[in-house]
Amino acid sequence: MKTSFWLAGVAALALAQPAFAADTIKIGFVSTFSGPTAVIGNDMRNSFELALDHLGRKIDGKPVEVIYEDDQQKPDVGKQKTEKLVQSDKVDFIVGYIWSNVLLASLKTAVDSKTFLISANAGPSQLAGELCSPYVFSTSWQNDQTPQAMGTYMNQKGVKSVFLIGPNYAAGKDMLAGVKSTFKGEVVGEEYTVWPSQLDFSAELSKARNSKAEAIFVFYPGAAGVQFLNQYAQAGIKQQIPLYTAFTIDELSLPLQKENALGVPGAQQWVNDLPNEQNKKFVADYRKKYANLRPTFYGAQSYDAANLINSAVVAVKGDLTKKDAMRDEMQKVNFKSVRGSYKYGNNHIPIQNFYLQDVVKDADGQLALKTVATIVENDQDRFHDKCPMK
Amino acid sequence: MFLLIEQLLNGLQFGLLLFLLAAGLTLVFGIMDFVNLAHGSLYMMGAYFAATFVGWTGSFVFGAILALAATLLLGIALEFVALRHLYGRDHLDQVLATFGLILFFNDMVRLIWGPAGLALPLPTWLTTPVQLLPGVYYPAYRLSIIIVALLVAALLYLVVMRTRIGMLIRAGASNREMIGALGINIKLLFTLVFGLGAALAGLAGLMQAPILTVQIGMGENILILAFVIIVIGGIGSIRGAFLAAIFVGLIDTLGRAFLPDLLRKVLSGAAASTAAPALSSMLIYLLMAIVLVLRPEGLFPAAKR
Repeated sequence: MKTSFWLAGVAALALAQPAFAADTIKIGFVSTFSGPTAVIGNDMRNSFELALDHLGRKIDGKPVEVIYEDDQQKPDVGKQKTEKLVQSDKVDFIVGYIWSNVLLASLKTAVDSKTFLISANAGPSQLAGELCSPYVFSTSWQNDQTPQAMGTYMNQKGVKSVFLIGPNYAAGKDMLAGVKSTFKGEVVGEEYTVWPSQLDFSAELSKARNSKAEAIFVFYPGAAGVQFLNQYAQAGIKQQIPLYTAFTIDELSLPLQKENALGVPGAQQWVNDLPNEQNKKFVADYRKKYANLRPTFYGAQSYDAANLINSAVVAVKGDLTKKDAMRDEMQKVNFKSVRGSYKYGNNHIPIQNFYLQDVVKDADGQLALKTVATIVENDQDRFHDKCPMK
Repeated sequence: MFLLIEQLLNGLQFGLLLFLLAAGLTLVFGIMDFVNLAHGSLYMMGAYFAATFVGWTGSFVFGAILALAATLLLGIALEFVALRHLYGRDHLDQVLATFGLILFFNDMVRLIWGPAGLALPLPTWLTTPVQLLPGVYYPAYRLSIIIVALLVAALLYLVVMRTRIGMLIRAGASNREMIGALGINIKLLFTLVFGLGAALAGLAGLMQAPILTVQIGMGENILILAFVIIVIGGIGSIRGAFLAAIFVGLIDTLGRAFLPDLLRKVLSGAAASTAAPALSSMLIYLLMAIVLVLRPEGLFPAAKR
């Protein structure tokens, strides 16, 4: 008797669940929360949570439920988690994705279900071109854009030849292709390493040294960036061949790279010292909320993603069935991005500035990233012509 | 030509580092018939201990020695508390238990040191490249790894081949029951061997730490290579582990260094650049497959009766 009463209660609760869910905004967040790159996922989560704090934990007056899922940096796991979020959690938005290969594996699931997906980092060339979708927006960049800016900067510095090194996966190939598309000098060598397992770059560094190139360009996100810089310095190549980077030095890797990162330039669409009000608030409140941590560009993009979602939901007054109206609103970028203002191209990839960043000692004597110059203004990715959306 | 010398040194350095890891594994597997997946965790602990002790003492060499002692003690404690209860059990039970230990160590490290990883900076005398021949520079630190590992290998050879303890170890590898029956304290011998293996893993970890970062799970990928080496070299054989480790190190490095250029002669540039890393990481496993077909016991199996 007692048991059946209890069971009835559970059943009633289970039935009540969908009615309750309609009154909350459900967001799925796929990122890496385990393994050596978990620090990146944590930074994205921290920033997303901070954005929700700033929104008063509500979007258009409704409470927000965020479901965080760990992709373990593996495409198959990312796809599974995306399926779970779409099919059983029935989320209204999916956000996150650090890795291009994980995003490419997960993309179809989200798009087929017509769930809005906001990439807060990964920007594979396919997503900007033939795989572009009305349901996908990026708050980051297309992979090629940042290295393209670095290629432009190397031209400005008068570099005549370069040796390229990067990981052998979707983003690595985009990054090296990006440099090659703008760099006017000679590419004397191009090496791809096994990703993510190869951590020793001695063979590649020896080849770079022997190529007699005037510069080395690398793309190594996360812990691999620390290892590359360590080995580059230990091999004594730092005194011989200057290094140019994309996504290799950030606020997470810098405390481990230390002096090895001094004087190594990088390109980025967001730097912690960009002088707009919303960015000052983001950086200051982040450092207040998470003691001893500093936000990275991964976090800044996640912070923007939360605000992009907020703008869309507010525009349709919380009626999430009006997908077209939400899309139109998101295309307008009707919120204050921490990178300053940007526009969307036809493929929903930002048209934005790219800055030169350098490593300096800040007022506390700690190493920090600093904006030095604007390399390109209002840069649009080079695949938008291939996107059928107009 | 200079490039070839440099790449040979790179391969030798990587191989010798793998030897330190594989030596402990092959001793424990060969003598105690114990599959220890947590060997990679001891490698990780060596690196974490070194990063901590170097931070405390301010001296790289002193910190490294302390870390070595700490891993030795940790290995002995681990054997005493947990692993000695598993000796009589099935290999599958051992795999399960030591896999559990990997998870335990990973989470313990996360609790104590945090998830972000640590840096182990080198003293300046180790960060400058050394000129070996005119035009051939080599990082001083990688050179010192080669020297230390060769010294350890020589020491290990002397201990195993020329001392009483070594005689017992070799006897244990050949016939475990018999040396027990001859009145040797086999429990003590096992504890000692396990501690030695742990110290070697810790040494590999702390020497690798300045090149890579000290991070959670750092021992897991490299452990697979160590298993490949002991399979190629013959389980229980130190000499086999030494030669197989150098083979594997050279094949891996030379594959990465020269395969892309070779492939570019047959394939288009883009296809070659993509295929080469995939292919070069397969070479080691190809070697293992060939050895398993031709000599299932490994190249230098410990003598069995």
